[in-house]
Amino acid sequence: MTAAGAVVAAAPERRIGGVLMEMKNITLRFGGVTAIKDISFDIREGEIRAIIGPNGAGKSSMLNVINGFYHPQEGEIWFRGAKRGPMRPHAIAHQGIARTFQNIALFKGMSTLDNIMTGRFTHMKRNMFWQALWKGPAEREEYANREVVEKIIDFLQIQAIRKTPVGRLPYGLQKRVELGRALAAEPKLLLLDEPMAGMNVEEKEDMSRFILDVNEEFGTTIALIEHDMGVVMDISDRVVVLDYGRKIGDGTPDEVRTNPAVIDAYLGVSH
Amino acid sequence: MPVAALNLVEVILNGLMVGVLYALVALGFVLIFKASGIFNYAQGVMALFAALTLVGLQSGQIPFAHLINAALGTDLHYFGWTLPAVVAIVLTAGVMVLLAIAVERFLLRHLVNQEPIILFMATIGLAYFLEGLGDLMWGADVRAVEIGLPQGGSLWFEELTQGWAPADSGYWGMYIDKLDVVATVIAGLLVVGLTLFSQYTKTGRALRAVADDHQAALSVGISLRAIWVITWSIAGIVALVAGAMWGAKSGVQFSLSLIALKALPVLILGGFTSIPGAIVGGLIIGVGEKLFEFTIGPMIGGATENWFAYVLALVFLMFRPQGLFGERIIERV
Repeated sequence: MTAAGAVVAAAPERRIGGVLMEMKNITLRFGGVTAIKDISFDIREGEIRAIIGPNGAGKSSMLNVINGFYHPQEGEIWFRGAKRGPMRPHAIAHQGIARTFQNIALFKGMSTLDNIMTGRFTHMKRNMFWQALWKGPAEREEYANREVVEKIIDFLQIQAIRKTPVGRLPYGLQKRVELGRALAAEPKLLLLDEPMAGMNVEEKEDMSRFILDVNEEFGTTIALIEHDMGVVMDISDRVVVLDYGRKIGDGTPDEVRTNPAVIDAYLGVSH
Repeated sequence: MPVAALNLVEVILNGLMVGVLYALVALGFVLIFKASGIFNYAQGVMALFAALTLVGLQSGQIPFAHLINAALGTDLHYFGWTLPAVVAIVLTAGVMVLLAIAVERFLLRHLVNQEPIILFMATIGLAYFLEGLGDLMWGADVRAVEIGLPQGGSLWFEELTQGWAPADSGYWGMYIDKLDVVATVIAGLLVVGLTLFSQYTKTGRALRAVADDHQAALSVGISLRAIWVITWSIAGIVALVAGAMWGAKSGVQFSLSLIALKALPVLILGGFTSIPGAIVGGLIIGVGEKLFEFTIGPMIGGATENWFAYVLALVFLMFRPQGLFGERIIERV
């Protein structure tokens, strides 16, 4: 899959494949606090997988475990058929896992274009020697990657702000640029941490459409956290529900919606 | 042009050239502060260490000769060969890269996510360690840098400017140190090169990315450790240039490490996070202190160059604490 090719090609049939990532009995503690307790679930190739739950349920912690910011004390993580040892986050990015952040984490001083170019980091192999020479291999590599980035900019309809420092952009556009940076890595697995948090209805609709388009056109597997239940139920294939660091539900949106434990957690029934 | 005006021009020119040398030292600080938020107290000692290594390698001095002699009862001092300047410079640059790797491995890696003040204290420790290491490796003698840099004033410029004054004024022409001109050109090339590198290459973008947001940088696959080694290497090479220039000007001696203190007011003016700021700040301090000495100095007994920069920085702090180009308030130090 290349983003460049996929943008031009007609949208292929959506196809959900085998297991891409499997979390087995993950437990994560911070000192005496257990953020995640014995949670298992899997993510299949090509699907949109949502992780939902009330505040403090352990959703963000789970995402941080997947991309290596946190290392679980117990449990196994399997990615693309192999067990993953403790890895540092930048190495995990090189394996093909990209993410966005709940509180936008863009490179504020850089332009939209440079931010998304930075997303191509894992695809650029020339060493510092060639980069310092600039002419030759490094220059060709730069242009080739630049083309991919331009395609992503077109796809996300942010041509008008290519050269604008992202710190000056409105919130909704910053979120979109951040999605662009993650997409630029052409990830095998894309993690979105509350992609619609703090957005108005119109911005939410735009973002939902982009998420669906990314999934359909590039076939990218997406795992997302979201607070807005309506949005989650609309766009995701399967939903895992967390509460107080435990898994209380897992299945299609319809299954989850009728699950009594989930209803309790969301309506605040006393335990 | 009247003689008085020519004198003023000469003072400004000399100020600009001194300013470039200040800027060179400040540049090393900015590079490291941007990438890791560390105020590297050891930057001045790095310049000293680089200069000592350069001179030692070039003259074929045996490293740790005193230690070896004391331990084995030998009387070794020199290998008996001298290296061409270019080879010595490249080797010294290599030593500075090794130093960067060692700093990352033994210092930074263990202090990730610590308070800035703790990192600052660590660099004070590093400064004294490096000073001792320099002494132990190369001895404490004052040495001259002989890498083919021109010395003395430019006769050509003196004669040229002599013609600008009225013929009967007895004007001698302007004095411009040739070494200062070379330093200016090299510093200029260094800044242009660094700017281009950081704007148009993948590693340059990675450097800026790390300066902006560590977590986001990690998430796109940038290794913080690799970036730290790269920034400390670049800062080390900048220190080498600064050390060689200052060393050629006033000899390689341990007081060289004190030029770090002159970089502080430069940073306060230019901002701790701005490369252009370091340059402009250096030039303002250089010109400012020369002009002040030239105009006000005679009235208040001279020797104003020792303190002018600090007072200027103090005044500046009251009005623009983040510096001319700085992003953050320097309280973070």
